[in-house]
Amino acid sequence: MKRSRKSAPRLVVIGNGMAGMHCLEQILKYQPGYDVTVFVDETHVNYNRIMLSSVLAGEKELGDITLNPIQWYIEHNIMLRLGIRIAKIDTAAKTVIGEDGSVTDFDKLLIATGSSPFLPPIEGLNKEGVYAFRTIADTQALLARSGAQTKAIVIGGGLLGLEAARGLQVQGCDVKVIHIMDRLMERQLDPIGGGYLKLSMEKLGVQVLLGKSTEAILGNGHVTGIRFKCGLELPADLIVVAAGIRPNVQLGREAGLQVKRGIVVTDHLETSHPDIYAVGECAEHNGTVYGMVAPLFEQGKVLAARMTGNDGPQYVGSTMATKLKIMGVDVFSAGEIDEVASGGEAIRFEDPNEGIYKKLVLRDGRLIGAILVGDVEDSSRYTEWLRSGTDLSALRRRILFPDAPVDSGSSIASMPDSEVICGCMGVTKGTIIHSIHAEGVSNLSQLKVRTKASTGCGSCTGKCQGLLKAVCANFVEEVKQTLCACVPFAEPQLKEIIQSQKLKSVQEVLDIYGNGIGCEICRPALSYLVDMISCGDYDEDRSSRFINDRVHANIQRDGTFSVIPRMRGGVTTPSELRKIADVAEKYHVPLVKVTGSQRIDLLGVRKQDLPGMWADLGMASGQGYTKGVRMVKTCVGSQFCRFGTQDAISAGVELESRLENLFTPHKTKLGVVGCPRNCAEVTVKDIGLIGQEGSWQVVVGGAAGKSVREADVLVTVDSTPEALEAVEIFFQYYRENAHYLERTYDFVPRLGIEKVRRESVYAADSVKQGLLDRLHKAKSLSSDAWLEGINPKTANQFIQIEPLSLMATGANQ
Amino acid sequence: MSQWHDVSTTDSIPLREGRCMNFAGREIAIFHLPDRFMAIDNLCPHNQGPLCDGIVKGTTVVCPLHGWNVSLETGSVLKPDVPVGVRTYPVRVKDGLIQIEMQTAEELAA
Repeated sequence: MKRSRKSAPRLVVIGNGMAGMHCLEQILKYQPGYDVTVFVDETHVNYNRIMLSSVLAGEKELGDITLNPIQWYIEHNIMLRLGIRIAKIDTAAKTVIGEDGSVTDFDKLLIATGSSPFLPPIEGLNKEGVYAFRTIADTQALLARSGAQTKAIVIGGGLLGLEAARGLQVQGCDVKVIHIMDRLMERQLDPIGGGYLKLSMEKLGVQVLLGKSTEAILGNGHVTGIRFKCGLELPADLIVVAAGIRPNVQLGREAGLQVKRGIVVTDHLETSHPDIYAVGECAEHNGTVYGMVAPLFEQGKVLAARMTGNDGPQYVGSTMATKLKIMGVDVFSAGEIDEVASGGEAIRFEDPNEGIYKKLVLRDGRLIGAILVGDVEDSSRYTEWLRSGTDLSALRRRILFPDAPVDSGSSIASMPDSEVICGCMGVTKGTIIHSIHAEGVSNLSQLKVRTKASTGCGSCTGKCQGLLKAVCANFVEEVKQTLCACVPFAEPQLKEIIQSQKLKSVQEVLDIYGNGIGCEICRPALSYLVDMISCGDYDEDRSSRFINDRVHANIQRDGTFSVIPRMRGGVTTPSELRKIADVAEKYHVPLVKVTGSQRIDLLGVRKQDLPGMWADLGMASGQGYTKGVRMVKTCVGSQFCRFGTQDAISAGVELESRLENLFTPHKTKLGVVGCPRNCAEVTVKDIGLIGQEGSWQVVVGGAAGKSVREADVLVTVDSTPEALEAVEIFFQYYRENAHYLERTYDFVPRLGIEKVRRESVYAADSVKQGLLDRLHKAKSLSSDAWLEGINPKTANQFIQIEPLSLMATGANQ
Repeated sequence: MSQWHDVSTTDSIPLREGRCMNFAGREIAIFHLPDRFMAIDNLCPHNQGPLCDGIVKGTTVVCPLHGWNVSLETGSVLKPDVPVGVRTYPVRVKDGLIQIEMQTAEELAA
């Protein structure tokens, strides 16, 4: 798609966070006509900041929390300027000026600069070992620094601080939380609720110190400890400052916009300048600056409507609701939680033994606030009552324990359509039902794509499933894919089992972890896994292999076989061709065919003739029968072609010899071309090299089979050795991470090319070396399968049994 | 009238694999199971696929051509659900030799 800069109104977005991009998504949904430029000072595409705590806790990888991959920006024609901080907004000229000196015009400007960690006035904050917990970079630094026995201190007992504490504890740190207030999460909890949370955290081994004001961070260069105003000192190797956030309003203030705590916005999210809008944590609406994701999304929706010409929706403020799990403790808080300040009355329930605390604040018979610790089962009902302002006078006696739903389906059935199911993304029951009825959504994955429900914190996943089950006629629960009924484990688990238990044969896996019998599905899959994990150092059990891999030929419809000799890079010689011709005649081969892989196929061969033919050919197996490297198709390249820029043939031959004789999850077809004219069609191969002047492009995940898929660029490198190494790294990465029978063209899109890149060619050197070492070990233990023609692996591998008794017609023994 | 015939030594067929032989004008697949040997006509009732080349699961063989499941005990097709089958033969091991029980050739042909 070409960028048309002529007529489309220019929208500039400052900030690439959840609020700004959610708003942009909504705008694009209504009116894709804007010419959009996004400036962001981080160097990542937008990601789910809420999930950073899960990354720190090792539950998710950085790649898993990307919200919109780079492809999304490209598809929507969005100019993304990563790593560029905006220095100034010129409201008169309607331009933004980047710190790189760039000047960008706008017709509309959206400020979504979010907030920054608040750094309290503490001496020594600049010491090494002191971190904030706000960005991917912070999280990576914390991961790198934390480990067993690391003494970590978290300053701040709010939401973020407790999340950081949880993550650090999972990483093995000895964690203490320091809080200046008299209770944890004072904005969400009352003293009793805070007490319950503190108790639960201490049970889990995190020490909580309340009412402590930090004076200085100690250490000479690197952190060694911390000193409080009361004089107490504690040793520390690592300090996380999570003492709150401050809206990033500097740009707005300098531009002359009205700014109080945040940039002041109207019910339509307009600032004091008619063409400048603000959403998210940097905006202040009606005296409130919101720091939770749900309100930010509500704002984004209203603004998107406004910017696309629908002035109807207004932002009327959000009910502050928080629902989270802190160190295994469920906490919910919403609305006005202080009954004294709000002039309401509180209804409470406590069970210290179970660690459950509930408080509901009512005023005039209506719910205005709620705190739940330890049991948040009824939180969505309370949220709805808060929103609707329903008169609960009649329910008062039972309000702490509203009627238990019969099952999740009926409880969901009783919800009104307006009830928000996914708080993170602001998706209502009505929206989900609509997507099921009108858009044919029938499982959770589709629901996530269509509505974004359940893509934030994930706590609504159960409800989404329940709703799908209740509403969708053809709902199929996505079960964890097990290999088959014989071994009831998913492939990743099986890999772990085989690796950790050092299992060396299929039968061992089946005997210990399965039914001992196996079938035509799991036996070949396990054969692959055992071979791959042991790098070829295992007891191969031919009975677990498909016939093709027992006799190294491809079985045909009549039970005969086909023979395809290795012809690396599609290069052959007159003497090879002569031998092939002689063999075809000698064994009365019914059909000789040139294949699409630049090789020759001899079809209709009897099993017992295979060893003789292989010996006569004197060529290696082309693996045209197995899940392995089929071929490297090449063009003529610079050796002869007038246009060739790279020596495609040499590279192809070398590549084939490096990867041949190894097993892969599914068949693997490769190609090398010497110039971008792409005469060997490598953009539809599993792995391809595209030569260009002075470099090679490595592409992966292409297909030209049942479906056609253009390969993704993995990396571009300068030299042939680097290109070959990049292929080796990806090849082993595919071997280790794909499901059995998953082609690269399913594998690459399933993971996303970004993740593939990050974990293969852009991984740390040690990771890449590991992949290469395992590949080379497997390669060193592999051999040409056709050598078994002379040295059979099993009894009567290629021949029939000659019965000892002869029973000619009419004559028995 | 049937009779036991010597086929081969027990080590001539790898565990959980099949081998075929021509016997009395028929092509018979013999399988080596963990606890016994079993024999069946080497023709899948679907497309005459060579059952001896199939993967064995329990006492079932899976035809290598299109995955039909044939019971080695009864000869009936278990998957798909079709009312066809192939002939099976009693097999035993005696003095280290696999033996197959067959009727006379005339009876077989009848």
